[in-house]
Amino acid sequence: MSVIYILWLRQIKRYIRSRSRVVASLAQPLIFLFVMGFGFGPTYAKAGNGNYIQFLAPGIVAMAILFTAVFSGIEILWDRQFGFLKETLVAPVSRAQIVLGRTLGGATVAMLQGLIVFLFCLLAGFRIESFSLLPLALVFMFFIALLFTALGTIFGSVLEDMQAFPLLMNFLVMPLFFLSGALFPANGLPVAMRIIMHLDPLSYGVDGLRGALAQGFVFGPGADLTFLGIAAALLLGLGSWFFSRIQI
Amino acid sequence: MINVQGLVKKFKDFVAVDDISFEVPAGQIFAFLGPNGAGKTTTIKMLTTTLLPTSGSILLDGNDPVRSPLQARRSFGIVFQDPSLDGDMTAYENMELHAVLYAVPAHERRSRIEKFLKFVELWERKDNFAKTFSGGMKRRLEIARALLHTPKILFLDEPTLGLDPQTRNLIWAYIKTLAQEQNMTVFFTTHYMDEAERVADAIAIIDKGRVVARGTPDSLKESTQTTSLEEAFIALTGRAVRDEDASAQDKMRVMGKVWGRS
Repeated sequence: MSVIYILWLRQIKRYIRSRSRVVASLAQPLIFLFVMGFGFGPTYAKAGNGNYIQFLAPGIVAMAILFTAVFSGIEILWDRQFGFLKETLVAPVSRAQIVLGRTLGGATVAMLQGLIVFLFCLLAGFRIESFSLLPLALVFMFFIALLFTALGTIFGSVLEDMQAFPLLMNFLVMPLFFLSGALFPANGLPVAMRIIMHLDPLSYGVDGLRGALAQGFVFGPGADLTFLGIAAALLLGLGSWFFSRIQI
Repeated sequence: MINVQGLVKKFKDFVAVDDISFEVPAGQIFAFLGPNGAGKTTTIKMLTTTLLPTSGSILLDGNDPVRSPLQARRSFGIVFQDPSLDGDMTAYENMELHAVLYAVPAHERRSRIEKFLKFVELWERKDNFAKTFSGGMKRRLEIARALLHTPKILFLDEPTLGLDPQTRNLIWAYIKTLAQEQNMTVFFTTHYMDEAERVADAIAIIDKGRVVARGTPDSLKESTQTTSLEEAFIALTGRAVRDEDASAQDKMRVMGKVWGRS
């Protein structure tokens, strides 16, 4: 247990100490929030859909978590480069404990980042509609964080260097975000796109967050939690398996 | 203490380590020497559970690193060829993390960390981030860290590479103290033949994956009719310069610079 704790703590300490990283990774979600939020707001309202910030904010929180989580998972690559990974791999502890500690730490960091962005959403004019559902929103945030940190862990374990990283961001993480319904509602979209959106695990996270914080659920909280839970468990298992196969 | 029999490692068609056998008794300082690409690091990796051998047997203090890696890992400490500290953590935190990973009892952690940081003369710097340390200080911290769980065997892969003569002497002084006072078994590699000549009780020279000579510094000089270990080494392994391909990690180090991470 204390092995998991100390590796979790390491991720938290590294996050708190790298203020520039915190600020840098806030830039993207905040640009989306303010530029898209205020830019498309009037059009969205004219179409009779109400307040766009109210729709967009949960998606932006999910975005912040997504990016930070994938990046946290992929930090294995930096640890490999700077050699620290070896120190944990020759220690007399199971790889599963190492993965769990790292992933929980990365997920916590991603969630903190999501909470910071959430505060900015409140500044941008977002109103929480039901405070009683706030704990549920936190649960969704944690699930999103866990799922995508595990995804990052998989890539961090499989890749040998950072060459493939931009590829990963452009061909996997960006589509995951754009096809999650974070920016626009799914109703009225072409069938093919709706199907893809149903397959994107982030869609369930965004739906859960939006349902808990602002407007009603589309899939329902039960379906959201089930899908996210299964996906997170699956990726965590895969992540541990790939991590256990690392040879240095 | 270390017993290796018929160890082989093949990477596809390439035989990196070709049927080597040796023994290191407890308390001995053992030098494992060879030109670049001879198979030194591959052997250390197999001994320290990070690479599976193709065939052969290894025993570290009676533990088999292949069958029971967790037990084997408790029996040794290792200082890698490349740095393995977390630069964003303090010296103390690096030590503390190691203590937890190696299940050092909680009530002993602080006193042991203090003891070993004082041993390598870094106690005053315990709250500084490891990334602010010089190469020699990092290496000393890594030695202190490797000793924290009181291993019976200490592996050192080129421990003095790139360090100034003062630091190198200091590090060898620590290592000799450990072997003499704690009866620790030390297994090291180096390219500095003068260091091996001064420090090692026994030497094995490996070339192209095979052990080409074994003995003490004196017996090796005698058998090759040379006056220094360096000459003996060249007599045994030839003058040709060996090239190695850059590993993925070397390439990544370049990438890291491009990404502004180092």
